[in-house]
Amino acid sequence: MRPWHLTLARRKIVWAYIFLAIPIVFFAYIRIYPALFAFQMSLYDYNPLSAEQPYVGFENYEKLWSELGKRKSPTKAAFQNTINYVLLGVPVQLCLALAVALMLNEIRFLSTIYRILFFLPFVTSTIAIAWVFRMLYQPRFGLFNVVLQLLSLPQQPFLNSPQQALPSVLALVIWQGMGFAVIIFLAGLKQIPRTYYEAAEVDGASRWHTFRYITLPLLNPSIVYLLVLQTISFLRMFAPVVAMTEQGRGGPLDATTTVVLRVYREAFQSFNMGYASSLTVALFAMILGVTIIQLSVTSRRIN
Amino acid sequence: MTRKLLILAILALITASLGGFALAQDDVVEIEYWQYNFGARVEAMNELIAQFEEANPNIKVVHNSDIPYANFRDELAASAPAGVGPDVVTLYFGWIIAFVDAGYLVPLPEEPFSEDFIRATFSPMVANSKYLGDYWAIPTAVRSLALFWNKDILADAGLDPDSPPATLDEFQEIAIATTAYDGDPSDILSITRQGFSPTMEGQIHHWFRDVLIRQFGGSSYSEDGRTVTYNSEAGCEAFSWVLDFEREYVTGSFDIMDGSTNAFINGEVALHIDGSFRVGTIRANNPELNYGVAELPVGPNGEHHTFGSYWTHGLTRRAAADPARREAAIKFLEFITTPEAGALWVSIVGELPAQLASASDEELLADPILGPFSAGLEYANATFFVDESAQRQVLLDAYDLVVLGGMDPCDALDEAAAIEQELLDEFWASRE
Repeated sequence: MRPWHLTLARRKIVWAYIFLAIPIVFFAYIRIYPALFAFQMSLYDYNPLSAEQPYVGFENYEKLWSELGKRKSPTKAAFQNTINYVLLGVPVQLCLALAVALMLNEIRFLSTIYRILFFLPFVTSTIAIAWVFRMLYQPRFGLFNVVLQLLSLPQQPFLNSPQQALPSVLALVIWQGMGFAVIIFLAGLKQIPRTYYEAAEVDGASRWHTFRYITLPLLNPSIVYLLVLQTISFLRMFAPVVAMTEQGRGGPLDATTTVVLRVYREAFQSFNMGYASSLTVALFAMILGVTIIQLSVTSRRIN
Repeated sequence: MTRKLLILAILALITASLGGFALAQDDVVEIEYWQYNFGARVEAMNELIAQFEEANPNIKVVHNSDIPYANFRDELAASAPAGVGPDVVTLYFGWIIAFVDAGYLVPLPEEPFSEDFIRATFSPMVANSKYLGDYWAIPTAVRSLALFWNKDILADAGLDPDSPPATLDEFQEIAIATTAYDGDPSDILSITRQGFSPTMEGQIHHWFRDVLIRQFGGSSYSEDGRTVTYNSEAGCEAFSWVLDFEREYVTGSFDIMDGSTNAFINGEVALHIDGSFRVGTIRANNPELNYGVAELPVGPNGEHHTFGSYWTHGLTRRAAADPARREAAIKFLEFITTPEAGALWVSIVGELPAQLASASDEELLADPILGPFSAGLEYANATFFVDESAQRQVLLDAYDLVVLGGMDPCDALDEAAAIEQELLDEFWASRE
């Protein structure tokens, strides 16, 4: 009375699938199902506290469109800021990371220590770092202002100024995420055969030419990968803004708010989960569009 | 074969014992009560629940008070679709509308909470909180705003430590006289001790909305509450008066010490406007602080005003779905809103009893700290908020527009009024 007539090898495979099924079911239920559910919710006047959720068609999207058309609205500010975060953050972060990676690639003495130092912020909790930065940015007592004072330079309001708040938040995010980009670039640099450089040296190429015509093209896969990944992460910015602004509101005057923060506030502060879902769908469309464009423009083959 | 029988027997035994356990539990009704985490309130409620359970041995109250203020609404929103959550919930009075509109709360039952009973026993701001013809929540305690002043700082500035400002003019004078600088007195960042920090994030937006504007001869809303009227001459004057502490006299700013509340508790600001609930916070964090409490200063028209507010308990849709739980929840609600509960509450939390009987208590009125709050209950106003957090944000932004954006105060108020009017219109449009 043996239940299964399976060979040992087959039984092993069956078990492997059973074990794999658990994370797959979990992933489908926790990540994929809610994502699809958001599409559905965006068509409803969805109030989580309410027992009934009336269907409203595309009303939430119409509201989103009219908010974006206003001279000034929190939703409009959220989209504008998010675009600014990406346009400023991604290039600056990647350029800095590339420069650091090129330097780290040159040094041998203490190189591991340096790598650890650059990677450390990436593995530290964003919230903890954000709070430390918030203190560093403090008027009067914050380290940055103390340093400015020592140098007899005027004090800066940083997070309290509608003009400086966004760059101030961005500085933290760039710094924190840089370690990751550095590691990817370093791995990419290691892949480039030394013979190319030797050949370039024999031909008498300048350092700039070596970089421009050997390093940069051969790093292309790493650059594409990071460009896509970092763009997505900047588009989804949330935690640093919540931690660094007063009561997590994305202020002052909506200067730092992001689309994801707007989603959160609409959904859980104002209980407009339907409208929040329409924002999510818009963000999803943005991420999808940007990713497709980036992949098609930047991933052409290099020979 | 024998083995199978044995397993069956064990399974049967387990099922039977579980069933028996469930039967024994049937006599006890378990209800859930939620409030956000605020040390003194949690302590007071634990005390009340212990008393209630002793008097009603067949009811067990599960007290969930682990949720921080900032996440309280999120947790409620997440719990409702999941079919879990509180039977009795404590909400800010300004939130009630949103929870009623969502069908989350059910009206209070006529017995024991009839309108006659509520009008006769509760403070007017509670009695006036009918919405759509019903009462939806009932509080243990209410609060009003009063003036806190630091006696040491007044003495240090050469003023009489026992004479708090009685008028807005004196308030301004004392704020200016007690501010200390270590450099340019026109620079916020050179302040070493603040006279007064106009922290809109704290209670100052209420002070402006419900107190100052009346004292300058205006009002924030029309009689029926549907039209914003603070963008008037009086509103502009009152708003400028508040703004001048930061712009003109440089007596303090939110940016120093992250607001007035922390600064006052740490003894670094002379004058502070706050509610009686702060008394407990001061006791817990800086019991040495040498401070006094007085009624809010009177305005140019000589009138006393203050802002009243409260956290209030409602009955949820979940409780109403089950007759046994509903009955237990109503009993609990009745128990925590008695004058005795109010008296216990004031002794632990510092909030004033919502029932007139204990709020106008002679002893309470004579108390040097709680007396001024208690006196304020008579003339307290409470704004009818349709969306408290959004309406609050509007005034916070107006302040920032002036201080950070350099806008004219009157223009900033016009802009705020336009946004808030849109909120009110949207709210009333769906109710007609």
